[in-house]
Amino acid sequence: MAIRTRTVALLLGAAVVIGGGAVAGRMLFLPGPLDFAGGTRVALADYKGPSPIGVPAKLAHASLIEKGRYLTDAADCRACHTAKGGTPFAGGRPFKLPFGTLYTPNITPDKATGIGNWTDAQFLRAVHQGISADGTRLYPALPYASYALMPDADVLAIKAYLFSLQPVRQANLPNSFTFPYNQRWLMGFWGYFFNKDKRFEPIAERSPEWNRGAYLVEGPAHCGECHTPRTLAQAMNTRQKFAGGAAEGWNAYNITGDRTTGIGAWSKPEIEAYLATGHANGRSVASGPMREAVDLSFSKLTKGDIAAIATYLQTIPPIHSARLGAPAAFAAASHAQGPADNPIGKRVFEQACVSCHAWSGKGALVADAQLTAKKAVSDPTAANVALMVLQGTGPQTAGRPYMPGFARSYSDTEIAAVANYVTARFGTMPSKIAPRDVAKLRAE
Amino acid sequence: MLELSINGEAHHADVTADVPLLWVLRDVLGMTGTKFGCGIAQCGACTVHLDGQPVRACQLPVGLVGARKITTVEGVGATPAGAAVQKAWLDLDVIQCGYCQSGQIMSAAALIASTPAPSDADIDAAMAGNICRCGTYVRIREGIKKAAAEHHA
Amino acid sequence: MNAVAPTRRQLLRGMAAGGFVLAVGLAGGQLAVAGDDAHAAAFAPDAFIRIGTDGAMTLIMPQVEMGQGIYTTLAMLIAEELDVDLATVTLAEAPPSDALYGNPLFKIQMTGGSTSVRAYFLPMRRAGAAARAMLVQAAAARWRVDPASCTTEAGQVRHAASGRSIGYGAIAGAAARLKPPAEPVLKDPKTFRLVGKPHHRLDTAHKVDGSLKYGIDVMPEGVKFATLAASPVLGGKVAHVDDSQARALPGVRQIVVLDDIVAVVGDHMWAAKQGLDALAITWDDGANAAVSTETLWQGLQAAAAQPGVAATKAAPIDATGEDVVSAQYEIPLLAHAPMEPMNCTVHVKPGACELWVGTQVSTKAQGIAAKALGIPPEAVTVNNHLIGGGFGRRLEVDMVEKAVRVAQKVDGPVKIVWTREEDIQKAMYRSLYGSWMSARLQDGKPVAWEHKVVGPAVIARFLPPAFTGGIDIDAVDGAVETPYVLPDMAVRYVRHEPVGVQTCFWRGVGPNNNVFSTECFVDLLANKAGTDPLDYRRSLTDPKGRARHVLDLAAEKAGWGTPLPARSGRGICLQFAFGSYLATIAEVAVADDGTVRVQRLVTAVDCGVTVNPDGVIAQIQGGHVFGLSAVLHQQITLEKGRVQQSNFHDYRVLRIDEMPQIEVHLVASAEAPGGIGEPGTVSVQPAVANAVYAATGVQLTRMPIDPALIARKA
Repeated sequence: MAIRTRTVALLLGAAVVIGGGAVAGRMLFLPGPLDFAGGTRVALADYKGPSPIGVPAKLAHASLIEKGRYLTDAADCRACHTAKGGTPFAGGRPFKLPFGTLYTPNITPDKATGIGNWTDAQFLRAVHQGISADGTRLYPALPYASYALMPDADVLAIKAYLFSLQPVRQANLPNSFTFPYNQRWLMGFWGYFFNKDKRFEPIAERSPEWNRGAYLVEGPAHCGECHTPRTLAQAMNTRQKFAGGAAEGWNAYNITGDRTTGIGAWSKPEIEAYLATGHANGRSVASGPMREAVDLSFSKLTKGDIAAIATYLQTIPPIHSARLGAPAAFAAASHAQGPADNPIGKRVFEQACVSCHAWSGKGALVADAQLTAKKAVSDPTAANVALMVLQGTGPQTAGRPYMPGFARSYSDTEIAAVANYVTARFGTMPSKIAPRDVAKLRAE
Repeated sequence: MLELSINGEAHHADVTADVPLLWVLRDVLGMTGTKFGCGIAQCGACTVHLDGQPVRACQLPVGLVGARKITTVEGVGATPAGAAVQKAWLDLDVIQCGYCQSGQIMSAAALIASTPAPSDADIDAAMAGNICRCGTYVRIREGIKKAAAEHHA
Repeated sequence: MNAVAPTRRQLLRGMAAGGFVLAVGLAGGQLAVAGDDAHAAAFAPDAFIRIGTDGAMTLIMPQVEMGQGIYTTLAMLIAEELDVDLATVTLAEAPPSDALYGNPLFKIQMTGGSTSVRAYFLPMRRAGAAARAMLVQAAAARWRVDPASCTTEAGQVRHAASGRSIGYGAIAGAAARLKPPAEPVLKDPKTFRLVGKPHHRLDTAHKVDGSLKYGIDVMPEGVKFATLAASPVLGGKVAHVDDSQARALPGVRQIVVLDDIVAVVGDHMWAAKQGLDALAITWDDGANAAVSTETLWQGLQAAAAQPGVAATKAAPIDATGEDVVSAQYEIPLLAHAPMEPMNCTVHVKPGACELWVGTQVSTKAQGIAAKALGIPPEAVTVNNHLIGGGFGRRLEVDMVEKAVRVAQKVDGPVKIVWTREEDIQKAMYRSLYGSWMSARLQDGKPVAWEHKVVGPAVIARFLPPAFTGGIDIDAVDGAVETPYVLPDMAVRYVRHEPVGVQTCFWRGVGPNNNVFSTECFVDLLANKAGTDPLDYRRSLTDPKGRARHVLDLAAEKAGWGTPLPARSGRGICLQFAFGSYLATIAEVAVADDGTVRVQRLVTAVDCGVTVNPDGVIAQIQGGHVFGLSAVLHQQITLEKGRVQQSNFHDYRVLRIDEMPQIEVHLVASAEAPGGIGEPGTVSVQPAVANAVYAATGVQLTRMPIDPALIARKA
């Protein structure tokens, strides 16, 4: 996933600050993505063992386009470069920011409106450095700080795949940014400090599987862009690596080894199931941007790559999130026990929720519908719960039970109330999300 | 071939595990008392019991039923709570078009089986998932109270 | 014996009727008359009553049962005069025949508009009385006694003087040879045994155990299952279908691609639905691709500038004076969303077709199927079923036409079931309507009154002969006649057909708009006059009239004038529509954020003679709930020509935990019967809006209620 709305907004503001030059060194010089792991960094060419980059072994002899397709999925280009209901990769997906709206560009090979005229060098420079073919600076909504880890061969495979697509004539929509946010050159300063533009280097002491996972997580899958909190300068704060960030109003939760607020208690098969299907029994169901990442990216990866990602994630040092409660046990089976101070929330729950989730939160029908133990219900912002109620969630795969969105039928007051009811009933850290917060989330 | 226990009898259905129980009942086994209303567990017309618990059959993959005993509206009259609800429904003329009532009766029967004297809040909690477009809610509430009183008398 | 639809069998109550009796009413619309052949009922004096020699009795129901309780009511009317025990009677749905079963008020076979009792109160009684007279005459002849000395009771003729009695079955053959009386003598209402007393419903015994077969439940031998998708934009066409993935799915049998519809046939509905979801369909949206809620409202408002056609004689008001009060009121597009989704089972055979469907208009269903197939209507057998909710949606036969066109491509019978999403998004809708109101006040009272109604002429499409002089009689219903004594009433009608949606009737029909606007406007006038809304209405009504009576009764029962907490209020609706008088008083509480909670509804009803008072109460209760869903929660919106709501999660229906207390008070009356299916839906909407006005001081002019407009200012 790319960096999303709020972070982009702040990031641009931060770039301006940096332009002024009044920023402390600690903020400017952050650990590299693999620094936590210690060991000896070796150049790819010197690494003994199967290559951690490129495509899985089964695609070793596939065409460049096939390889590119796999890597395009791994990098999840499609999620951002496709408008809702639009042609894949033709761009136009809006990211609403307080000072305007950014629209992702068309990356089909149309010569007039897409990237059909781009040279390999131009494509590499865009993906690695965030500089467009015409030399303008790209906003780091394009996660080039992560993509910079990808070697030229992988990036060019993606280009080969994109160029194999049907060109789509669809003009890019202009961003509606105002001064100073429209001063793209300022992004150069940001890139100077926060994009080292260095390709991936494996660690000699680690297993090939770990190194493969590290490459995928830090490079194409760009997990940290959402899951790592940002510094004031809006760079990924790698000192708090994977301790939880945000995307499009959603909280991207802690995926460190912390046992209560991270994924330290998850088994490897649970992590794998989550990535491959969007659901780990009793642990979590992917929603919002993560659901997109599962549907469009992780679910397309090989079992081996999913296992590699899980292996790598299980080595991330634990960081405890103080603003996230521990998982709770099942709630009472009777409606009569539970929060008594929120009649509106209870009414919405009994109308629209209980048929699938049950008063106990165990899930009445399918395991996906379990509420207890999910991070969202112990998140005192209740943002993710409210967003799930607004937008719905669950597999987009036809035929699997899913949750519809209730944005059209329930008011901000009702959605805030039911979100607070859910956190109070099923979580360990009650929330007080207000109707005005829901109104903001509605606009996401 | 799946084996299902429905209303005390074994039934067999040659379907994939992802097919919702609703369509196995209606289209494969021809038991059409259980109704299709929304397909997303928002109206309750498809309510059946699994081991006595009310569930929405439209969102329940049949493969997850396992050995649990299914009761449908065709068989609920054989349970004391179900019979009490059916009787109260006729005594009070609860029903209008009747299409949602299979589900209303199943939800109500499960409620009175577990709750001797349901309060208004108990009724709200158990019945708010069942929509009635004819607007029989006034009498559903009365019917549940009457059935519970007779069932637990 | 012809195939008998299981629905009728299920209506068998008590004593089993001979199958041949049932078959009579179902054999392709040919109704037997007495002595026709061995398969006919022994005694069939008219289109409605069939008595076999074994005494088995079947009553043929000319109006379809869709929850309103009409089977019970019509059967009570016949049984009242015929003197039979309803527990022993079979009720059967009439086959399609406008000639035999046309609604006397519409001349076509149609159930709707709250007309059943109004249309059939006398015809059903006359049928019962005539049959009774013939049976009495037959018995008297056998006994050689004066018919006047015989009495009837519970399916028997009795002769008290000699202590003899004989069952109707035994004399059915003899009665059949007699000529029906031209003017049958009806009972004195004082002697009614059934009419006017609560009677248990006759259609529900098979609804409690799931055995009743609605249209969606039929299973003809060898039936396949299908679901379909029509263009998401009205008038759009299929441009391209990629079915490669759908074909590979288990249970998918056939993909039918028509000009404007794609359907998938499968082993069961789920397979069909999975197949449909797996199709990549590209639509050519056509001319309505830019339609939106915005364009619909703009169209309505633009139309309001036209003068329209005069529906009453008075001249329009010169709306410039200081003493003129004006306001406009609007109601939105709505879906019906009956619990039984649209469906139709069809078996197309060479030169013939059989349909299984629940419809409010069986001859129209027959006709549209015949037209789609290019065969005569008689070649279409319609098996009409009890309906799982109509509300006007099943007055339309668009679903029959679509189903027949799909079935034409399928070998053998196919049951086509709409997903709820398809049901809500590709439907026919209750149109948006608007009323532009003006009144000239003198001493606070209207001395001139203008009501301009803007909306489609559904009647012009639905019942063309009834559309005369440019006036849609439904669209102005409730505007031209009000419960008030108003001088110089000018009612004008502007026909405006919204672009990009198909409109049709919806429970409450024309009065939904006109009573809403009239009653809100009366509240506004009362406010201008500084008068209490109840007193104001009293001053506008005939003190001895039926309207005043229901108004005072409701006010008394509701405790009008007793104190309420802050941001709570009571509102009145007084209406005369469908031949019935209603006064509904709503009590609401408005939360700080504008959420409206309806706490109590008190309704007084004078619908003339009641046949089944408990049925009247049920219809008012249910009608109120239907109207509450609309006024609190519902609106169909469009963007890019597409309906945005799709299922019950975004097209919200009132649920049991939002229910107010409802009290219904019936006024005993000997007046002609009025309709009762629709009035409760109509009256609750302005009553709630006026209660909100009282609670907040804000009069809402467009439904549904928008909480943002009545939220307490921070």
